[in-house]
Amino acid sequence: MVLKQTLIPIALVGLLMQAGTEAWAQESPAQPRQQQLDYLLKHDCGSCHGMTLQGGLGPSLLPNLLQQKGHTVDSLSLIISKGVPGTAMPPWGPILADDDIRWIANQLLQSK
Amino acid sequence: MSKEYWLPTGDLGIVIERADGRVALVNTTDREKLAVIDGLGDLSHASAVFSRDERYAYIFGRDGGLTKIDLITRAIDRRVVQSGNSIGGAISQDGSLVAVSNYTPGGVQVFNSDTLERVLDLPAIGKDGKASKTVGLVDAPGNRFVFSLFDSGEIWLVDFSKGEPVVTKFEDIGKQPYDALITPDGRYYIAGLFGEDGLALLDLWHPEQGVKHILPNYGRGEQRMPVYKMPHLEGWAVAGNKAFIPAVGRHEVLVVDMNTWQELDRIPVHSQPVFVMASPDSRQIWVNFAFPENKHLQVIDAGSHKHLTHLQPGEGVLHMEFTPRGEAVWVSVRNKNEVHVYNTQNFEKLASLPVASPSGIFFTARAHRIGL
Repeated sequence: MVLKQTLIPIALVGLLMQAGTEAWAQESPAQPRQQQLDYLLKHDCGSCHGMTLQGGLGPSLLPNLLQQKGHTVDSLSLIISKGVPGTAMPPWGPILADDDIRWIANQLLQSK
Repeated sequence: MSKEYWLPTGDLGIVIERADGRVALVNTTDREKLAVIDGLGDLSHASAVFSRDERYAYIFGRDGGLTKIDLITRAIDRRVVQSGNSIGGAISQDGSLVAVSNYTPGGVQVFNSDTLERVLDLPAIGKDGKASKTVGLVDAPGNRFVFSLFDSGEIWLVDFSKGEPVVTKFEDIGKQPYDALITPDGRYYIAGLFGEDGLALLDLWHPEQGVKHILPNYGRGEQRMPVYKMPHLEGWAVAGNKAFIPAVGRHEVLVVDMNTWQELDRIPVHSQPVFVMASPDSRQIWVNFAFPENKHLQVIDAGSHKHLTHLQPGEGVLHMEFTPRGEAVWVSVRNKNEVHVYNTQNFEKLASLPVASPSGIFFTARAHRIGL
């Protein structure tokens, strides 16, 4: 799998979970990888959630809505990684590295 | 007055430039891009139908926009934003009505195809009392529209043949219909089910017989595979007496005998199929795949079910469209910003056109096909 990359050791990911968003932004995947993930978010997540993430077959993922629901990087990462049983949301854990997933979760929570 | 370009529209088609809210106007004989038409909103999941005179294209955008494009002036004729979030549409048999199906707030809206004035707002409140997302909207003979309710598991038939619309509802058709097709003769409406195994079948010659559940043993099965892109169902997938259906989650194309509605075969394919399309002569079946295997394209012989070729046009093969008689097929290669044209006899690439983030390809010959 070409996309699967692990850039940050597992222990460091654990540290980042505690450190929160700011530290995460410093330790996020390399710039070219971020561009790939951004493209993936727009086009592949977008095939269900809408390219502008306003929702489709899947729910809207706009930042204020996610925040209203009380989502965090942790909770979103879990959903992205494991999927949501009984719905069309698949687990992305087999395809994306943990740090990729946390970067995407962080992106989703940030207002643009 | 807009400038007019009087080319015969039978040669024309459009390609959705999904990231930029534009469509490219193309000529399928000369294999060239003629113009780009801008200002169509969010086209991340867009589709199109054509007026019966092949002059106008109606584009259904993700943001609920319905845009009528004039292929002669190469400009937007009119545009309405009819809902928050739409998924597809259809044009009636007589060409007078355009219907749009919606995710949010759900339901179907129907418009006058000349003026885009709304003639019907039909909320899809299911048996459960909740608004449902609507999917698999198609036109059917008798000036009817058919669609499915994703959340409540229903099929609704809207009959405009007597002027005032009459709605017939079929409940408990199966869990989470995700898309549907109507056979090219307009007789059978088949909805794929995401939430359970099997397919829902409605015989439009005999709606009084209700919806049948077919192929109960086929589907995602016990060991459910994750699905990274919902498959699409289209009338193209019918070849002779066989229907070729993308499996949900499995690396297979299912072949169904349309006389008995029994399974004939399961063809192993490269990955999870998205579009499974029969060529106009019903001899070849072209298959593209879900992320992350979407750089592949496989071609299967509709008679023997053997693989004919395996192409790799590039990352993001999103859609295919055959020329009206099928000597060539056009393929969207999203990440390369290209549309490739392949010879269907020897699979050689005939042309490559620059199109930004291409997705759906729609040629005007669709104007004269039922269910497209």
